[in-house]
Amino acid sequence: MIQPATAPRLTVPINEHDHVLGPITASVTMVEYGDYECPHCGQAHHMVKQLRQLMGHRMCLVFRHFPLTTVHPHAQQAAEAAEAAGVQGKFWEMHDVLFEHQYALDPSDLLQYAAALGLDVPRFSSELARHIHAPRVREHFMSGVRSGVNGTPTFFINGMRHDGSYDLDTLVDAIEAAMGAVTGHR
Amino acid sequence: MDRSHYTSFAPSAPLAAGAQAPDFTLHSTPDQRVSLREFRGQPVILAFYPADWSPVCGDQMTLYNELLPEFRHFNAALIGVSVDGAWCHLAFARDRKFRFPLLADFEPKGAVARTYGVYRHSDGVSERALFVTDADGIIRWSYVSPIGVNPGADGILTALEGLSKQEVSR
Repeated sequence: MIQPATAPRLTVPINEHDHVLGPITASVTMVEYGDYECPHCGQAHHMVKQLRQLMGHRMCLVFRHFPLTTVHPHAQQAAEAAEAAGVQGKFWEMHDVLFEHQYALDPSDLLQYAAALGLDVPRFSSELARHIHAPRVREHFMSGVRSGVNGTPTFFINGMRHDGSYDLDTLVDAIEAAMGAVTGHR
Repeated sequence: MDRSHYTSFAPSAPLAAGAQAPDFTLHSTPDQRVSLREFRGQPVILAFYPADWSPVCGDQMTLYNELLPEFRHFNAALIGVSVDGAWCHLAFARDRKFRFPLLADFEPKGAVARTYGVYRHSDGVSERALFVTDADGIIRWSYVSPIGVNPGADGILTALEGLSKQEVSR
């Protein structure tokens, strides 16, 4: 029997291990699966920032890693660097730096960013060398695979995969529709 | 290869779970050939796709390449098949750093896709179709995606999980 594709829904709900910006109680939650070396994600990063400004506290943003390591050889290490910054309380700061420097993600660059953010660099460096955060990055990746993430960036709005374009207007429309669905009107 | 053999046995619909996966031998490189029967004893993921270098196919195969460790966990082999020639496959695989074979269903064109019921006569390419076979070469799951839609890997992983559960309960 030919079976239909599984409905593209987020299979791993937002949890305490996630990186969250904005109130978790917001009426709309957007989960992004991304890759720091992916140029499309770099473009989307600017759009997501605009979107956050527009939506303010009405939207909660979650970022999960989806590094495609064979086409983006720096993506895995960059994702681990974001996690290493995260354990020192600077995930989103590193996240921004990485997306703003997509073409400078060599190990020496990462150490420089860690220093600029005021992180404990020896600790950061040691965690990267030992790949302490690799399992977490793989967890993110596999949660994406099981949710129908086939490339990056992929967005989920209130748990549903957003299949349209991800320019600002389209996403704002999709988010407002999701808000309407939550509050019962548009 | 005898062309009439393939046309006369071509099913009108994609082969479904329960069918024996038809054997085939195709070029994986200009001087190497691969037969499906060589994989007997392990699950096989057969991924038919329309064309090397097309954006959706590239993304789909890149995703599967990334998942080779998970497929290996199930002792499963991944094989890509399209109507492109072996030299084209070689260039595509090198460019994308693929670590699994891409087979050339090139002459007679699409013959293997026809035996699996997934040839698009109007376009001269195969469907974007997935088949998961068990260790005995029986198809246990198949899925044909809309041609422009990347089917991802969730269905494959679910099928492989199903196979390994049955193995355990045997």
